[in-house]
Amino acid sequence: MTTSTGKNRKGSTGNPLDHMPRTAPDSSRAAESFMLPQTAPVQLVDPDGRHVHNDMYPLPDGRQLLTAYRQLVIGRRVNDQANALVRQGRMAVYPSSHGQEACQVAAALTLGDGDWLFPTYRDTVAVMARGVDPIQTLTLLRGDWHGGYDPYEHKVSIQATPLATQLLHAVGVAHAAKLKGENTVVMAMCGDGATSEGDFHEALNFAAVFHLPVVFFVQNNQYAISVPLKHQSVAPSLAHKAIGYGMPGERVDGNDLAALLGVLGKGVDRARAGGGPVLVEAHTYRMQSHTNADDATRYRTDEEVQAWLPKDPIIRMRSYLSGLHLLTEELEQEFAGDAEQVAARMRDGLNAEVQVDPEDLFRFVYTNPTPQLREQAAKLRDELSRESL
Amino acid sequence: MTATTTSTTLTFAKALNTALADEMEADPTVVVFGEDVGPLGGVFRITDGLTKRFGEERCFDTPLAESGIMGMAVGMAMNGLRPVVEMQFDAFAYPAFEQVVSHVAKMPNRTRGKVKLPMVIRIPYAGGIGGVEHHCDSSESYYAHTPGLTVVAPATVQDAYTMLRESIRHPDPVVFLEPKKLYWSKDEVDLPALQARWGAGGAAAAGPRIGRAVVAREGSDATLITYGPSVPTALQAAEAAAAEGRSLEVIDVRSLVPFDDETVTASVRKTGRAVVIAEAPGFASVASEIVARVQERCFHSLAAPVLRVTGFDIPYPAPKLEQYYLPSVDRILDTVDELQWEEA
Ligand SMILES: Cc1ncc(C[n+]2csc(CCOP(=O)(O)OP(=O)(O)O)c2C)c(N)n1
Ligand SMILES: [Mg+2]
Repeated sequence: MTTSTGKNRKGSTGNPLDHMPRTAPDSSRAAESFMLPQTAPVQLVDPDGRHVHNDMYPLPDGRQLLTAYRQLVIGRRVNDQANALVRQGRMAVYPSSHGQEACQVAAALTLGDGDWLFPTYRDTVAVMARGVDPIQTLTLLRGDWHGGYDPYEHKVSIQATPLATQLLHAVGVAHAAKLKGENTVVMAMCGDGATSEGDFHEALNFAAVFHLPVVFFVQNNQYAISVPLKHQSVAPSLAHKAIGYGMPGERVDGNDLAALLGVLGKGVDRARAGGGPVLVEAHTYRMQSHTNADDATRYRTDEEVQAWLPKDPIIRMRSYLSGLHLLTEELEQEFAGDAEQVAARMRDGLNAEVQVDPEDLFRFVYTNPTPQLREQAAKLRDELSRESL
Repeated sequence: MTATTTSTTLTFAKALNTALADEMEADPTVVVFGEDVGPLGGVFRITDGLTKRFGEERCFDTPLAESGIMGMAVGMAMNGLRPVVEMQFDAFAYPAFEQVVSHVAKMPNRTRGKVKLPMVIRIPYAGGIGGVEHHCDSSESYYAHTPGLTVVAPATVQDAYTMLRESIRHPDPVVFLEPKKLYWSKDEVDLPALQARWGAGGAAAAGPRIGRAVVAREGSDATLITYGPSVPTALQAAEAAAAEGRSLEVIDVRSLVPFDDETVTASVRKTGRAVVIAEAPGFASVASEIVARVQERCFHSLAAPVLRVTGFDIPYPAPKLEQYYLPSVDRILDTVDELQWEEA
């Protein structure tokens, strides 16, 4: 634990993520104060692309930021392309993370190869940034199966739709890793709305009690479909909920890639070193409707949305990196080209007609299909063969 | 329905919306809450305009927690209100399952009738809309299997309106299943006449629908017994069968609990053959229960075993596969063909 006092921190004894208890912390006052988040979200690069000094979080180095920026550009392109594919009827639905790409990229990039990611329906970009094939990622939303990738291949769990349920699975994976002596960290993602579900609270408590290497990462995009944050929670911040379970909480500017890499990276390092779970809340904004099936104009004003435009995660990282002459015109074009390739792959993959095999319906329900399922499969086979006569 | 001067075209969704508004108007103790039911009007717009018209205290958004919604409704019902809660989708009602099974269903029994829970749990349910996973479950059997719950599933615009009003006035908790596929279906409805039935006399004047099945189409050769989203499919099958010279009666069960043995039994005794149709997986389902009851009551009238057309015993499939899963006209007609006609 560092002794330096953060300028943002009130009544706190340093960076909560520097605090390294070996076991679940005791309930002394000192233990309490290190768990409190900063009074304002951590920001390392402001919307104009200027570095903001922070005692507790050094700026990630330029190379790391450049790699992450490339993913940011790709992530934005993925969101745009997915929206277009929904409009063209190639996908059933798409919950866009437009505006939240920095969170998506940072969640994926702060993990090591052996670590696990537990994403939601909105975290498509994080899933892809972790290396999962774009077409496999979008299979769920294309509608030919409930998931398209092997969770073990990239250690990315299947995207969860029932809110907050995946957080407990993340806790379980971390617990098993601990029992098996593996050096695994688990990133468990959810939205602001999901923090109201019982499973969120159970997951945090379990992780804290068992002192597990889980980074709970809440993307507070201010809305749960139409419901604004103020109807969800009146806590000082969502990050403050951490102290109630005995873990540190931290707030971060969710549109600041550098700050996200810093805060999440620290959380991951701390968890890996045996420091236990942390809760990180990113302040961001859902720039588009909940999904294409939603009409956000029914519950928020255009001015509100416009006010977030200048805070865009890409703009600020671009100006910061250009200012350092790390991001050149050439590189910018190269990244755009890379993004275009991913988009082309999405188009090709989703425009191709998929052959769905109706018998898949019965193949995976049980390891050994029941006699009843075999009977039902035979019946369907018979029905289809008569149809094709 | 015969067209009158006051008849208008109404969607199933608008009928539900109107029923909620009319009941809130009629009874100040009715409160509506859930996820996105306030300013947005619900993801299916069933609560559209209610917050604006009745204020935030009568129709409001809660924090995002189904168990919380259900548990709070229990307390509000205990304390004199009539909560009408919306579960956003069938599969998202599961976090509330403990409250439903352990308290909503049991409180009146535990308290020997001292505590009544006059609440309605509205659930958009079942498939056929190309929805991604968790948005298409047929969860009726879980509820129907739970003693203490009244479970209904309207299939027509008129029943949507009437049964929702009746459910809100019902003394016991009602699980009100709204077939999503039918939200956009339309019918000519004499709304003022329907509304007038709910004047001073209330439900009695309207003629109860809870506990009453209805003959949706008369026929003499076999009975199709169904409910909710499968009613239109069964009616289409009956139409197609008629063209082939076979007369099928269609029963819309509409009230799963209590179940109307009388109407169903009378029909099967008349026709001597029956097929039960439902979207839900068939194993240990409402459809199985119906088959058992028919067999127990109509054994001597039956010319063939009672058969079923149900969903397969699998998780609800992805959109591109749902056509293979859902009961279809062809599958119903094939099954009707299997009712041992040659021996007749
Ligand atoms: C248990 C459960 N209840 C309801 C839903 C329906 N639903 C899907 S997304 C959503 C809003 C979630 O908001 P938030 O957690 O803030 O995540 P965001 O969509 O903003 O990323 C709701 C209510 C669900 N998926 N699961
Ligand atoms: Mg949100």
